Amino acid sequence: MSAVRAAGAATRAGLSARDAAEVYARLGREPNAVEARMLAVMWSEHCGYKHSKTALRRLPGRSPRVVSGPGENAGVVAIGGGWALAFKMESHNHPSAVDPYNGAATGIGGIIRDILAMGARPVALLDSLRFGPLDEPRPRRLAAGVVAGIAGYGNAIGVPTVGGELRIDPCYRDIPLVNVACLGLVRADRVVTAAASGPGNVVLYVGARTGRDGIGGAAFASAELDETQAAADRASVQMGDPFAGKLLIEATLQALEAGGVVAMQDMGAAGLTCAASEMASRGGVGMTLDLDRVPLREPAMRPEEILLSESQERMLLVVAPAAAATVAAIYRRWGLTAEVVGTVTADRRLRVLAGGRVIADLPPDVLADAPAYDPPSEPPADLHERWRPPVLPEVDPTDVLLRLLAHPDVAGKRAVYQQYDHSVGIRTVVRPGDDAAVLRVLEAPPLGVALVADGNARWCAADPRRGGALVVLEAAANLACVGAEPVAVTDCLNFGSPERPAVYWTFVETIEGIAEACRALDAPVVGGNVSFYNEAEGGRAIAPTPVVGLAGVVPDVARTVPAGFQRAGDLIAVVGDGEASLGASLYAQVVAGRARGRPADPAPARAVAAIACVRDAVRQGVLASAHDCADGGLAVALAEACMAGGHGAAVTLPAGPTTLFGEGPGRFVVSISPPQYGVFEALARARGVPFCALGRVEGDRLRLTPPGARAAAVEVPVDALRAAWTSLEV
Amino acid sequence: MTWGVVVFPGANCDRDCVHVLRAVLGADVAEVWHADRSLDGIDALVLPGGFSYGDYLRSGAVAATAAVMPAVRAFAASGGPVLGICNGFQILTEARLLPGVLMRNRSLRFQCHPVWVRVESTATPFTAGLRLGDVLEMPIAHGEGAYLAPPETLDALEAAGRVVFRYCDARGRVVASANPNGSAAAIAGVANAAGTVVGLMPHPERASEALLGSADGRRLFESAAAWLAARRPATSGAAR
Repeated sequence: MSAVRAAGAATRAGLSARDAAEVYARLGREPNAVEARMLAVMWSEHCGYKHSKTALRRLPGRSPRVVSGPGENAGVVAIGGGWALAFKMESHNHPSAVDPYNGAATGIGGIIRDILAMGARPVALLDSLRFGPLDEPRPRRLAAGVVAGIAGYGNAIGVPTVGGELRIDPCYRDIPLVNVACLGLVRADRVVTAAASGPGNVVLYVGARTGRDGIGGAAFASAELDETQAAADRASVQMGDPFAGKLLIEATLQALEAGGVVAMQDMGAAGLTCAASEMASRGGVGMTLDLDRVPLREPAMRPEEILLSESQERMLLVVAPAAAATVAAIYRRWGLTAEVVGTVTADRRLRVLAGGRVIADLPPDVLADAPAYDPPSEPPADLHERWRPPVLPEVDPTDVLLRLLAHPDVAGKRAVYQQYDHSVGIRTVVRPGDDAAVLRVLEAPPLGVALVADGNARWCAADPRRGGALVVLEAAANLACVGAEPVAVTDCLNFGSPERPAVYWTFVETIEGIAEACRALDAPVVGGNVSFYNEAEGGRAIAPTPVVGLAGVVPDVARTVPAGFQRAGDLIAVVGDGEASLGASLYAQVVAGRARGRPADPAPARAVAAIACVRDAVRQGVLASAHDCADGGLAVALAEACMAGGHGAAVTLPAGPTTLFGEGPGRFVVSISPPQYGVFEALARARGVPFCALGRVEGDRLRLTPPGARAAAVEVPVDALRAAWTSLEV
Repeated sequence: MTWGVVVFPGANCDRDCVHVLRAVLGADVAEVWHADRSLDGIDALVLPGGFSYGDYLRSGAVAATAAVMPAVRAFAASGGPVLGICNGFQILTEARLLPGVLMRNRSLRFQCHPVWVRVESTATPFTAGLRLGDVLEMPIAHGEGAYLAPPETLDALEAAGRVVFRYCDARGRVVASANPNGSAAAIAGVANAAGTVVGLMPHPERASEALLGSADGRRLFESAAAWLAARRPATSGAAR
């Protein structure tokens, strides 16, 4: 058989000529039409990580706490008391661009099942969103639909949405970003694997029935979007059923209690094909599947439709034969289907039967292990041009402070998070709107976990390596404010086409930056995903947008502090002396219209020292409030602490031109009751962390006075700050 | 005494209620499966919040026909205390154990945030231990919580003192801005004629521990426990 003919079925199924040749080389034959369809989906960028898996190896994935790292459905990290957390973030950008409600809703459903597949009860959701300007009709429609979809699924399934972020930029006009993270809790000795094992064990299909929805969704997610294709693509978007999702959670946790479950995985992207081949490949075994036994929602579905359907709320279990009846009965009691659809075999072949005939027979490794590409990489030609310090006009600082507070990236997000049930589960101790959310671990009091999601494309577009590190350090600073130590990182890396050398270079640099900061924090990256091809018609790519989710441990949930100033008379200090830069800052964007220049040097070791200092001060009860300096720098942080606490502040600024609005890592605004000030001073000195007393909490106005000056440069009533900051309408 | 918490398959506050009753109040709790037909041994019943059967139809409409509901009706008819929280309130109105309906919020959106309610009646097991005018802070989390009823029903409820909770501000003033969802007369909770069946939209189980921001909701459960303890001798006498 000629290689040219061999490429026939494979290329017709959508594989590139290069991948088709690779298939031929690995199989030693031409795949048949069904196999070719399976391969095309498994080797899509979305499932196969072809352009990213080499670079992703640069991320640190190990720490003594890690129970299960990358390669499983979600990372699992020990948190003490015999418990562990499962944590993962994923993107659902492409489906949300076409059908915002269902795209976002199924994103929530999918990430919840990834956590459930580890044997963990899902207890919290985070979402990180990007849209174009909300005064334009399309971004507004997308934003409203996405928020409603997250609410529609998350609220019904009873997993609280406790935090996240929302940023606006014209680059997301056509391609919104919808990144969702879920955190679950599992006993450390009860973590479930997704590696099939034990020839003779049965393969149990559980959950909802299989329909024609979402066929080829993974391949669709790996292509650039074309507006005229949108209507046709709608069939590639799945529909969520949170009720079925809720049943699946409860039934699965009961089934695990009953025993006999060897392995399990969500049927998400590429459905049955992905779950079966990945589970068999991980376990080094084979699997036989009989499609005639798959519960169907509609008649006369073709075998490849059954194999590739992305119908939601389905999972694949490997179960000991003796336990199969008991496990199936539990699912049926919850009103779900449960059918034995196959067996685990010793021969490392994935064999698919339909109508009594073998329709596909190939090694699961070939499906599960897509080729790794090493695409050309080149820095953008204008990189050094971008790094020139911005020339910024003289502006009135009060005026610019109010404009910064009104900017959508800074403005209040109450209108969004009030649509999410964030208190169901009675674990939410620190609610949305603070630096990080804190949930109590009801199973092991007084332990808690803290969660935050962060991303900043402005920094990453200017300098991806610095930006990647700064984003991680910023998230760690948020955790420190509630006394949490980061123990697990998950990330969504949202980029344009990796086939463009500048995009690929940016991607790799971002990963290096994230890796550097994670190493400094000793926080492993335990999972996540990559979303490439975030480009609209005509090749307009989004800005490089890594989003990180950090989970941290809080030893005692009663010992956290709020972001806002608590009492008049408390002393205000700024902690940390990391570089602050106006380059690529929100200030530069607001006053000059474009965020030019280079972001601050992350200097991770220095930032981490300040982060640890604040964390320990919070844990020891020394601080009255803690808030990190992020977008808009010290000025915005002070304003936010005033608004959150309902107090004014009189502050004398430290020296330096960038102190007011410059952005950089590891800087905090804290307030301290006067008797505690000496304690904090000693704590910071002992660690060599610089801090500077700025003033005190007083009155109902924010007054900022330059060093040595008598007159205030900024003097604004807190009510006026609040009026500017008033919530974004979505 | 033993509390029963009905577990509808799509309920998502059942575990929260069980935690509060068992771990915070130290009471005995039985989880009652939606397909069960008996409430033997139950002294007080909670219909928890959530999305009982997905609520793709009107909230609570399917649950009102659940297998367990005849037993719930019989329990209510015999004077057993029943508390419907959020979806549980919706189910009680759909089952006609309480008057009125819960329509979509005025905002047409799901809303989750703390609210304050004023105690308007102490003639129920759940408020007997509270004082008229007490202000309680509890969160709401619902998309369909606007309490509506025909004017004559509302008049009758007011006249009979069956409005149990009314949305108010932190100082107990019933003002328009404190009504989160457009409920008629700012009604957050009502009772049946006997006062033993109470439904409310806010979540007392989410406000039963100071760590979560408020422990005001715990007073409803404690009140019912005390009410039952006081009633017990009389009840066993009547049962003979």
